[in-house]
Amino acid sequence: MLDFGILFPALLNGLTTGAVYALVALGLTLIYGVLHIINFAHGASLMLALYAVYLLKEKLGIDPYLALVAVVPGMFALGYLLQRVVINRASHGKDENILLVTLGLAIVMENLALLAFKSDTRTIETAYTLSTVAIGPATIALPKLISFAGALVVSALLMLLMARTDLGRAIRAVAREKQGARLMGIDVDHVYAMSFGIGLACLGAAACFLLPAYYVNPQVGSGFVLVAFTIVVLGGMGSFAGALVGGLLVGVVESLGGLYFGESLGQIGIFALFIAVLLFRPQGLFGARA
Amino acid sequence: MRDLAAIALFVALVACAPLVTQSGVVLNFIMMALYACLLAQAWNILGGFGGQFSFGHALFFGTGAYVQAIAQQLGMNPWAALPLALLASAAVGAVVGALSFRYGLKGSYFALVTLAFAEVFRVLALSVPFTGGGVGLMVPLRESAANMQFATRAGYLWLVLSLVAVALLVSAWLRHSRFGAYLQAVRDNEDAARAVGVDPFRVKLAAIGLSGALMGAGGAFYVQVFQYIDPGIAFGPGTSVEALVAAIVGGMGTLWGPVLGALALHVLADFTRNLFGQLPGINMVIYGVVLVLIVMFVPRGIAGIGVPVRWRRARSKESPRE
Repeated sequence: MLDFGILFPALLNGLTTGAVYALVALGLTLIYGVLHIINFAHGASLMLALYAVYLLKEKLGIDPYLALVAVVPGMFALGYLLQRVVINRASHGKDENILLVTLGLAIVMENLALLAFKSDTRTIETAYTLSTVAIGPATIALPKLISFAGALVVSALLMLLMARTDLGRAIRAVAREKQGARLMGIDVDHVYAMSFGIGLACLGAAACFLLPAYYVNPQVGSGFVLVAFTIVVLGGMGSFAGALVGGLLVGVVESLGGLYFGESLGQIGIFALFIAVLLFRPQGLFGARA
Repeated sequence: MRDLAAIALFVALVACAPLVTQSGVVLNFIMMALYACLLAQAWNILGGFGGQFSFGHALFFGTGAYVQAIAQQLGMNPWAALPLALLASAAVGAVVGALSFRYGLKGSYFALVTLAFAEVFRVLALSVPFTGGGVGLMVPLRESAANMQFATRAGYLWLVLSLVAVALLVSAWLRHSRFGAYLQAVRDNEDAARAVGVDPFRVKLAAIGLSGALMGAGGAFYVQVFQYIDPGIAFGPGTSVEALVAAIVGGMGTLWGPVLGALALHVLADFTRNLFGQLPGINMVIYGVVLVLIVMFVPRGIAGIGVPVRWRRARSKESPRE
């Protein structure tokens, strides 16, 4: 059962899958973990970003990693506008309405994609799609290794943003005390929109790192939604380091669970972990008790 | 009394529909709208009156559906299976509620934990043998009223109408009873309710059990109409979303809101499907856009239009386990 030759590849596979989860969850950490916006359009937004990467590759021949420079700002702009023009205005600041609006947005996005691309599953092919790297007894797909590095870079950037910049300070101020921040002259609506934009920009990055080794179809996002929420809660609301570690942990749980209990029950491991954390340690594994 | 009279009038009017028209399309529409009504009413008990936002009501729906289906496969009469289905759904509700409320989960945390429980049940239903796995379960076909299988839509319409009537009576009772007052007090301010001697845990537990039972009735009805259930239908997010959207759009915590919401959304869905059915997805795009517009311009729900400001319920503030 604990043969190193089987366990190590499974572990490594879990870590690289987890890195992808972490990438998807990092954006949500800002949106849900810091600002408490329940964004049910998170998965659908990822799906849009994946299609953007797909189109850039198929129509213009742009490499997915090069596409970062276009997709990340594009998703940022989309996020900023969605929050400012639709979500904020439509929800009247009520939680239940935010939930409905993001749900409505998810329905619109998914079905627009269905209209444009049918329900076909699409992949892209690059020179390195099938490249592998040998690490000990395991071989890992090169794109997965790159997405692992990408997750590290993105979370480091987000931590720097929150710790060192005026925007980061403003976001933290708004998250803690909205009225107080407003009185200090912070444009709260702008901060919300910026955060939402950055959250979606992370999804843009996630899509660029994801697609060389993954696929896209109109429903692809739904599989990520609950996993992303799991990671955000697991990592401690609003902690980027927590989201990274939480993502890796979820990947490993799924991989090892799948190894020992079969593919489908590996998923249960994630949800069971989630429920347990929600019930017994809702501040997250890495969060301080408020 | 006015509520009871209104419910009686509503039930009497709708019950006459099969006598007025023979059109299968019309009767089917009314039946499915009533079914959506039942789900919305069930969600509204916990979400609207209790202020606890479940995002996984499919958990109770699926439990009811599977119990109803499995009992019949074991040779049980569906009429006898129905109370079992309700009981099982209420029990699942009580367990999830006991866990969540014991540890003080609120707001989005409660929404997420219910969603996660529904997912656990979905994956379990895919894996364990007695649910038929991904293939799903068929109910043995024996068309007779004694077997809760009807040759005409009218039979199903009356069946679901009586379930809706029960749900409406429960809601009316919540509006006027002591327990309902406790529940709404817990929703509006849990600490204040506790201070005057209400036990929020027990009140919320009773609400989730009641809500779960009615949702389970929805699942049992689904099985009787379609004679088939699988894990995706039973525990997938679709049903949870349908129930909560109708309740919120119609007006949370009101008697007629879920009815209006379910009806409005069904009219909308039917209309867009008929108009744009040939293009896959476009009807749902319009549905989504209208949903956002409704939230934007009718934030208090359809039932809240024209209601004086003093009746508005206090805005619930998200306070995850403080």
